[in-house]
Amino acid sequence: MARIIVVTSGKGGVGKTTSSAAIGLGLALKGNKVVLIDFDIGLRNLDLIMGCERRVVYDFVNVINGEATLNQALIKDKRVSSLSILPASQTRDKDALNKENVGKVLEDLGKLYDYIICDSPAGIEAGAMMALYYADEAIVTTNPEVSSVRDSDRILGMLASRSRRAELGLEPIKEHLLLTRYSPKRVEEGEMLSVEDVEDILSIPLLGVIPESQAVLKASNAGEPVILDTESDAGKAYQDVVDRLLGETVDFRFLVAEKKGIFSRIFGG
Amino acid sequence: MALLDYFTRKKEKQVTTASKAKERLQIIVAHERNSRNKQPDYLPQLTEDILQVLRKYIKVSDESFSINLDKKDGNLNVLELNIELHEEQSID
Repeated sequence: MARIIVVTSGKGGVGKTTSSAAIGLGLALKGNKVVLIDFDIGLRNLDLIMGCERRVVYDFVNVINGEATLNQALIKDKRVSSLSILPASQTRDKDALNKENVGKVLEDLGKLYDYIICDSPAGIEAGAMMALYYADEAIVTTNPEVSSVRDSDRILGMLASRSRRAELGLEPIKEHLLLTRYSPKRVEEGEMLSVEDVEDILSIPLLGVIPESQAVLKASNAGEPVILDTESDAGKAYQDVVDRLLGETVDFRFLVAEKKGIFSRIFGG
Repeated sequence: MALLDYFTRKKEKQVTTASKAKERLQIIVAHERNSRNKQPDYLPQLTEDILQVLRKYIKVSDESFSINLDKKDGNLNVLELNIELHEEQSID
């Protein structure tokens, strides 16, 4: 049985697609068969972050409408052969998805892959509900900032009440907190919620902390998921997240600010 | 100038914006979680009244009756009644 993992957040712009891309690629690099699905119908972007935007021919909605087979729509990643991407459509309206047809596609994919990563759109509309409905696990992507934390809590409510697992009274979706754009220096200065603060408020287990990093923009510029930048702090932090998803115990890194040397302390900078 | 900052920095610990943020979030999140889970106060009495009316006409056991108030998106609430009816249940 494939593990279906939704990457969700409520709020937009917190790093869902960046995280989906990095985690999906990381899982595939570890030898797993992974498919990444973009659920943001009308605002496709996962293809761009993955660097395969020019290879999109058919999309998720084409498959649902029977205009293309799954095999025609899936894009094989050029870097890792065990990774595929199912792009969202750019033009169709978002009512194209419903529980029945999404369920069918996920069932077919489940026979071919070990991991199905669903990149959710922002908001709590139909598209986001479809992305989380069939999930076994949820990665709740959150910035240490008031509106993002509040929206994450609302999504936690949806996971607990509107998912397939909730409706059927099955074991609840396994929730993971992924804190992104974390700045230890600002936390130390009392300007940013700390990891512990966010854990306290949301009370779900911590999967990872991704530091605010210039590597993320560089990665999206190039269409190379940031986990491939193995020298960068964000790349290393995503690698830790992948290892934890695979059941390893990994210490959390990048939680404290780098100490300034004596010269920069005196002279500034 | 970092050196100047060092000497002019206030000694006493101020209330940080992060701790304000945490406090505000704890309050609003607790409030929103409450309203997510809370059934209205009138529901037990409503259940009792509906059962009384039903029992004027048909036999209804407590087990064959369920009531549920569901909040859908936006302002839509759905009151759902489930009554199992068996043969020979009418009172007359």
